Amino acid sequence: MSFVKELSKGIIKDNPIFILVLGMCPTLAVTTSVINALGMGFAATFVLLCSNIIISLIKNITPSKIRIPVYIVVIASFVSIVDMVMAAYLPGLHKSLGLFIPLIVVNCIILGRAEAFASKNNVLLSIADAIGMGLGFTLSLSVIATIREILGAGTWLGIKITPLTYDPMLVAILAPGAFITLGFLMALMNMLKEKK
Amino acid sequence: MGYLGELFVMAMTAIFIQNFVLSRFLGLCPYLGVSKKLDSALGMGMAVIFVMTLASAITFLINKYLLLHFGLMYLQTIAFILTIAALVQFVEMVIQKNAPALYKSLGVFLPLITTNCAVLGVAILNTTAFRSDGTTAYNFFDSVLNGFFSGVGFTVVLLAMAGLRMRLEKADLPKSMQGMPIALILAGIMALAFYGFMGFKI
Repeated sequence: MSFVKELSKGIIKDNPIFILVLGMCPTLAVTTSVINALGMGFAATFVLLCSNIIISLIKNITPSKIRIPVYIVVIASFVSIVDMVMAAYLPGLHKSLGLFIPLIVVNCIILGRAEAFASKNNVLLSIADAIGMGLGFTLSLSVIATIREILGAGTWLGIKITPLTYDPMLVAILAPGAFITLGFLMALMNMLKEKK
Repeated sequence: MGYLGELFVMAMTAIFIQNFVLSRFLGLCPYLGVSKKLDSALGMGMAVIFVMTLASAITFLINKYLLLHFGLMYLQTIAFILTIAALVQFVEMVIQKNAPALYKSLGVFLPLITTNCAVLGVAILNTTAFRSDGTTAYNFFDSVLNGFFSGVGFTVVLLAMAGLRMRLEKADLPKSMQGMPIALILAGIMALAFYGFMGFKI
């Protein structure tokens, strides 16, 4: 039962982006198109899942004084794996995500879950937590990217969906659009929370 | 163009045109988290400038004489983040021992800097950056100065944001807009203003 609970909490109740406000840099930087958002979401989910598994396995033998460096090494190893695999098999996506793949290392969601969850719970719960948080992250990224791609380019996953008369609002896929879209989405979340 | 001109271009690019926060999206967590008060923003900014300059210097040496020399480029991410984490810890200890007054104002911000992606970002960007002629790769001094100017760029927008947010506290906003949402929209308008600098041809 608690497996399902840990799995579902990351998607709505403890959503890493809208509720916990973690991992802002990739959130704003890669959501220019849905495909980039999905790529980033799955890469981060993979790193989160693997690092949560390893960290919950070694939690009893890690001295608490040096636990943060240990976590960082574990996370950085998986990030390097993702970086190399992506460069080999998905070079296009690797190029458009660019700097933000090595920067998954410093994504606060991953270190945050390692410290707050995986270092205190068993492997099974840590897996559930990682999948839930990863899905919550990926979904939130896709929502932001959907809004920005439709408004800014008139496409979704690269397919033209707006009528020909629609003149794309370029600002939505530039930097300012990222901040403003996320700002309005967060205000919307707050409004829904108040109504409850 | 002489070397001073080169430095001017580098400074303008790092501070205004390709600002780390508003156009490269690096270091957003402290930008949104520590911008509620002007004095804590100043402390954070100073700590970031200091660590970014040092980190640029050390990661440049590690990259050139360790990773490239022995063909270990695939270890770049791990090597850089460990260097930065160790460096931050070291700086913290040195400041605590030798400058207690400075430690009091910077102390709380230093541990946070390890996970500030702007520091790792500038270290990685320095390894692939070119001077304005597009062919000469950054040498040691270029990297250090680029780290310094990027830190200054971060501090400039952090201070501006903190000043604006202190005014915002008095504004009468709808309840759902208070706090983070309005801060993000404000950041968006600031980013829009910074786009004006892109028109500069230097």
